[in-house]
Amino acid sequence: MPSENYVFDIERNDGKGSIRHDRFQVPKKKISTVLEGLTYISENLDGTLAFRHSCRMEICGSCSMSINGKPRMACSTIADSLNSEVIRVSPLPHYEVIKDLVVDIDPFFEKYKSVKPYIIRKDEEEHNKELLQTPEQFKLYEQYSMCIKCGLCLAACPISGSDENYIGPAALAAALRYNLDSRDQGSNVRLDITGGENGTALCHYAGECSEVCPKDVDPSKAIQILRRSGIAHELKQFFRREKDARR
Amino acid sequence: MIGLHLEIIKEDVIIMGGGMAGLRAAISAVESNPTVSVGLVSKLYPLRSHSVSAEGGTSAVLNPKDSFDLHSFDTIKGSDYLADQDAVEEFVKIVPEQIYTTDRWGCPWSRNADGTISQRDFGGLSFPRATFAADKTGFHVMQTLFSRCQMYDRIHFYNEFFVTSAIIENNQFNCLTAINLHTGEFVAFQGKSLIFAAGGAGRLYEFSTYASSVTGDGDAIVYRAGLSLKDMEFMQFHPTGLIPSGILITEAARAEGGYLRNSENKRFMEKYAPTKLEEAPRDIVSRAMMWEILAGRGYKDEHGDTPHIHLDLTHIADKLEERLPMITDIAKKFNKIDPAEEPIPVRPATHYTMGGIDVNIFTETSVPGVFGAGENAAISIHGANRLGSNSTNECLAFGNVVGVKAAKWASSHEIPELERNKVMIEEKRIWENILKNKGGENVASIREDLRTGMDLNVGVLRTESELEKQARNIRDLKLRYENITVGDKSGVFNLQLQETLELGFMLDLAEMITVGALMRKESRGAHYRNDYPERDDKNFLKHTIIKYTREGPEFHYRDVVITKWQPAARVY
Repeated sequence: MPSENYVFDIERNDGKGSIRHDRFQVPKKKISTVLEGLTYISENLDGTLAFRHSCRMEICGSCSMSINGKPRMACSTIADSLNSEVIRVSPLPHYEVIKDLVVDIDPFFEKYKSVKPYIIRKDEEEHNKELLQTPEQFKLYEQYSMCIKCGLCLAACPISGSDENYIGPAALAAALRYNLDSRDQGSNVRLDITGGENGTALCHYAGECSEVCPKDVDPSKAIQILRRSGIAHELKQFFRREKDARR
Repeated sequence: MIGLHLEIIKEDVIIMGGGMAGLRAAISAVESNPTVSVGLVSKLYPLRSHSVSAEGGTSAVLNPKDSFDLHSFDTIKGSDYLADQDAVEEFVKIVPEQIYTTDRWGCPWSRNADGTISQRDFGGLSFPRATFAADKTGFHVMQTLFSRCQMYDRIHFYNEFFVTSAIIENNQFNCLTAINLHTGEFVAFQGKSLIFAAGGAGRLYEFSTYASSVTGDGDAIVYRAGLSLKDMEFMQFHPTGLIPSGILITEAARAEGGYLRNSENKRFMEKYAPTKLEEAPRDIVSRAMMWEILAGRGYKDEHGDTPHIHLDLTHIADKLEERLPMITDIAKKFNKIDPAEEPIPVRPATHYTMGGIDVNIFTETSVPGVFGAGENAAISIHGANRLGSNSTNECLAFGNVVGVKAAKWASSHEIPELERNKVMIEEKRIWENILKNKGGENVASIREDLRTGMDLNVGVLRTESELEKQARNIRDLKLRYENITVGDKSGVFNLQLQETLELGFMLDLAEMITVGALMRKESRGAHYRNDYPERDDKNFLKHTIIKYTREGPEFHYRDVVITKWQPAARVY
């Protein structure tokens, strides 16, 4: 007979190097998602458990963690869908742990910032004028604009695990999102960054990032496109330099 | 000090809250002044703020066939004439520029085939002026603002700092006290000016579209600091909260043609809003749904024991992918329902706090140099009921105003000397009174009792006996709160301590909402009294103004500002 409870096996971490595993019995009928399971534990069994959560609708990116060995959002992981009575929860790999399931997400946002993820235009002064962009032009970057900055891709990426300088999937996808936006005029600046030593060249195209992305952003595809446009960009730069040299 | 090191952080402008109003204010502050520094203090990371959950659209007069007067009138009629009309007239004029500005910053506003910005209909609008980014308007605007912030090294993010109080001394901002959640350290943030942009308070109800983080911190901190709040009894219930989670199903679903059906599988809005039907404002639709449910025509089925209504989108299945992708995905992911095939189970859920900090049309509070904007503030443009598509535009428009104002104030004022005694009193309250309390009461249990009581007694339909009962409940809960025990004694990421402090805020706010609702013996907008079902302009065409006293909230009333539109019957 199947049990009435899930067993939550949670990796507890005091942030100073001491790690232990706590197991909690959570009634199946009380919860639907893994996040509800954690809330149940926090409210009824152990109030010292630390984890992040906010929107519970997979749009704010707070509750990223490792669930049964895979980086996932706790709020949109239906416990039942894991087909397991034991639910193993641990902090996201490739991040420093602050406490329990809370990791230091700052390096993720620093990488994001490093690719200049904003519209760069020469007519900055004009605020009150409509720019045109057709639905077809929007479709070009739509997918890459859906990133919720949850950081799961970086946890899945084997390169990010071994090389902390690698810009990583989310930030590279953000760079492409702005490069493909018809309103942007800054792709040359970004291609210099993403084509640099910490950029697309480090990716092995294993595709783990795209597999875990909850919003189907497909960073792996973004990196491939970025690398191609990076080669064209470099050739252009090369010929420009040649031309300048001949003058 | 209680064995703790106090860190003091100084910036020119301090902003509490990293949602849409806070981010917009930060950008405006640094762009309007080339030297000013901004410290943006949030208990979350900015992109985790509840603003990202806004879905359907943001109203702006962009089309020559539309007009400022029409947008004003829709807003004022929607507010059941409790909005200040001078504020509304100013608001509608400053919104359009924000649409074009955020467009230039990369917001993917949904477009027409010719590349111009598209607009759609929304509840209570007389012209389709809801500008939108699919059904992820809040998400995309937030990504846009956050990305713009990356350009400025003068915007300093203090992420995961939980603000516990504001100290105002000599009618001047002295500091915010906060706990650095990463270290457990106590911090004082000082600035020349202060902006409150910390959002609403809807999580003091159980069934809610709000993120768990929306606990009214900004409102309660302002109140305790001695500034006035306004119109707190007006809590908006969104008609379509998903059963059982409360996740928002956007109003755009009805604006795009969705139907509401009762358990007889019949549409019923004709009875309540004969012209607008499902597209009537939220207060009217929520009441209609509750009356259907009370008459025994609610569904009770596999989606849960709570009686609910069906939102039927099956006849507009062809629109779902382009116009309503997120709610389609949500229904599939969380409820295993394909809205193209099956109706969505919904019920009214708390969604927006019309009340907030008493600020004027320039976002100023009664303390010079202290400002408020966004849902945290009540300017008041929403009065007794906010129209759908009138919140994100407010965050952008008045976020811009407040950022410029606070930067200007900072450029000609200095940071006062820190009130160390006051900081120590606050420190003692947390580390001595709360953390060392051994009364045995538990935060989760008091919170649950508060929320279920608010749902039951201060909901869509209110009566005196239930409101009185809840006022007594809250007094009891406050006594229990005195005996709360925080089991977690650690410094780093002490969620239980944070939740305990949040609960303290919520109890203060619940009290003034309930008492304010008791005292308003009329029905207006989102505040409906079964025992006083008519609007009473003679006695209550007035804002409720709430001030802190040791004995509890003190109430008085202030006349609404009327410019062009005399109160009239509100029929849709």
